[in-house]
Amino acid sequence: MNKILFKQKLSDNVYLMRIHNPLICNERKAGQFIILQLDDDFGERIPLTIADADEKEGSITLIFQVVGKTTDELSRLNEGDKIANLAGPLGSPTHIEKFGRVVCVGGGIGVAPLHPIVQAMKKAGNEVITILGARNKDLIILEKEMAAYSDKQIICTDDGSYGLKALVTQPLKELCEENPKPDLVIAIGPPIMMKFCSETTRPYKVKTLVSLNTIMVDGTGMCGGCRVNIGNEVKFVCVDGPEFDGHLVDFDNMIARLNSYKKIEQKSHKCNLDKYLEQKK
Amino acid sequence: MTTHKELSEYELSLLNDPEKRASLKTKDRMAIPPQEMPHQNSVERRNNLEEVAIGYTLEQARIEAMRCLQCAKPKCIDDCPVNINIPAFIKQIAENNLPAAAEILKETTLLPAICGRVCPQESQCQKNCTVGKALKDVDKSVAIGRLERFVADWERTSNLAAVPKIKPETGKKVAVIGSGPAGLVVAADVRREGHSVTIFEAFHKLGGVMRYGIPEFRLPNDIVDKEIDMLKQMGVEFRTNFIIGKTRKLQDLIEKDGYEAVFVGTGAGLPVFMNIEGENLVGVFSANEYLTRANLMRAFDKTKADTPIYESETVAVLGGGNVAMDAARMAVRLGAKKVYVIYRRTEKEMPARAEEVQHAKEEGIEFRFLENAKRIIGDENKRVKAIECLRYELGEPDESGRRRPVKIENSEFILDVDTVIVAIGNNSNPLIKQSTPQIETTRWGNIVVDNNQKTSMDRVFAGGDIVLGAATVILAMGEGKKAAESINKLLAS
Repeated sequence: MNKILFKQKLSDNVYLMRIHNPLICNERKAGQFIILQLDDDFGERIPLTIADADEKEGSITLIFQVVGKTTDELSRLNEGDKIANLAGPLGSPTHIEKFGRVVCVGGGIGVAPLHPIVQAMKKAGNEVITILGARNKDLIILEKEMAAYSDKQIICTDDGSYGLKALVTQPLKELCEENPKPDLVIAIGPPIMMKFCSETTRPYKVKTLVSLNTIMVDGTGMCGGCRVNIGNEVKFVCVDGPEFDGHLVDFDNMIARLNSYKKIEQKSHKCNLDKYLEQKK
Repeated sequence: MTTHKELSEYELSLLNDPEKRASLKTKDRMAIPPQEMPHQNSVERRNNLEEVAIGYTLEQARIEAMRCLQCAKPKCIDDCPVNINIPAFIKQIAENNLPAAAEILKETTLLPAICGRVCPQESQCQKNCTVGKALKDVDKSVAIGRLERFVADWERTSNLAAVPKIKPETGKKVAVIGSGPAGLVVAADVRREGHSVTIFEAFHKLGGVMRYGIPEFRLPNDIVDKEIDMLKQMGVEFRTNFIIGKTRKLQDLIEKDGYEAVFVGTGAGLPVFMNIEGENLVGVFSANEYLTRANLMRAFDKTKADTPIYESETVAVLGGGNVAMDAARMAVRLGAKKVYVIYRRTEKEMPARAEEVQHAKEEGIEFRFLENAKRIIGDENKRVKAIECLRYELGEPDESGRRRPVKIENSEFILDVDTVIVAIGNNSNPLIKQSTPQIETTRWGNIVVDNNQKTSMDRVFAGGDIVLGAATVILAMGEGKKAAESINKLLAS
């Protein structure tokens, strides 16, 4: 249980791992996530979305970017190593049905959680258009895997090193102006990208789902650390989400809450990059 | 550490002379002063997680036990949710027969070390104690909880706790969902009948609220570990990181995995918020989150733990129950310079254990009664900078019999705080309900059970906070006991 069966470096600081856990593998559906912890006593619990599952092998696929201590430690584990604690699948699955034309927008590492959704949407008979965006060519992940389930694929990079030199919102806007316009947009990526995708589709009244990755401790509804404002209601990402109507999400509040511990984290783990940037100022 | 008073010559003679003890009259017993609980110094303890109440010495326990009148019709037994034979175990303490005292406790309670520490004795066994009544002060009742704790601690530290006898294996399997107090009791009582028991726990550590919620300064982890070790020695199996409803559905346990009965003891895990402006600002936490970070995730140990905890100078805790006390006292230990507890009624109506309120006051926590939060005010970075409150007065009694708090119009005032911890209760956790639509629940999501703890689903029982709403460890244990009896009966047929 929880043994790493396969590890691959996808880009500079992005890794893919297949982890043996038949229970989660059997129950998981598109849109769900797991909580992982590397040390029983002092490790933190972090949520990671399930990117894929292999029933024959009894494994789930996780794709993660090194952004903090736990993801850094995880990236140093190798095939054969075991992950101390893995719990899931958590969250409500994506609602899959035949909507018609579905546009799936993935930014950076957000392509990973989008992957099972694209698969399921295609299998449900939708016309699927994928837009993958990243800062540069090296950071585009799962291009082939996504293409396999896409009727059309658009790639954007900030620096133009691959595909369009554009933000993902540009082709998204163009698609909204087409006739017929999309029946559904699903946008997963950094909060700021999801915010602007939602703003892009709002004037066209195209239903837009986003998948939120907030701070969590337990992931089962117990702590409420993941709460977000959705319209006039307060919702828990772990049990009510992680997917919500992007037009109702209070992204500014969510982004502020994501930075709750920034002060503390900077104080204790001041990374070299931060120091370097400060010196440059 | 504080030291307790030296024993008087008279008290020493009582300890050493059985005849003198035998000749004690009611008025002699009533004249024995209540024994004070030794405590960790209130200044030192602000910086550590060590237990605050240190526990009686043997001599103290025996003297305290001599205060018991051995009533012919003991009220304390009726007032105990699991009906421990209180006068009997206390008598054995007075006679320095601790093994016999431990035996008597074990007849009815599985977790005496825990209940002795966390039960609200003043509203249960000690409430109608004849001694307390005669002295017109519930605080002068016989210290039943402290004596219970004393016996359990003695047994544990002398490694005398024996593994209970298990009847021959029946080959029948029972699943227990949740490793909190209700689940542990069910597991023990069902296992004793020879059935195989598996406990499924969502977290990576066992103990439920006793691990993530109640802090170590009130209930050390070692004690919870010891109780769980005992269950392991009895052959109970534990599966952590296993979320029934998610990792596996409840009905699959019965239909596919061969469990012949299931007990749901998932607790009250969904924090209630006030529904006021500013509640999602950075620096507003549910008490569950704050305590889980500090306890389960070890964030108190800032150098070792990866889980961060908010750095606070001035904290407002909203609520008046034990969880509010735990959160306030944890905030003190995490370095907050000023901690307020804001409660809309008065001290008299507070549901917290009297001892915790006392300890909180000693630790410098400021209680603000007859006040309530109206909105939380943030700065330009959406971080808490103040809380606006309203003053209240008490009106007519409500359904609970407590006088209803009524707000005083235009009484708003502002308190500067950087952290707000909401401790006004929990709703039932939705995971089982979401994934098991056939189980009947109330409109608050609590599972409906009959007198035997049986739910609307065949072979499924439930108890503890998922049934009761937020209650206490001992009530959860009481429900667990009843459920175990029902399960054992079901499996015997």
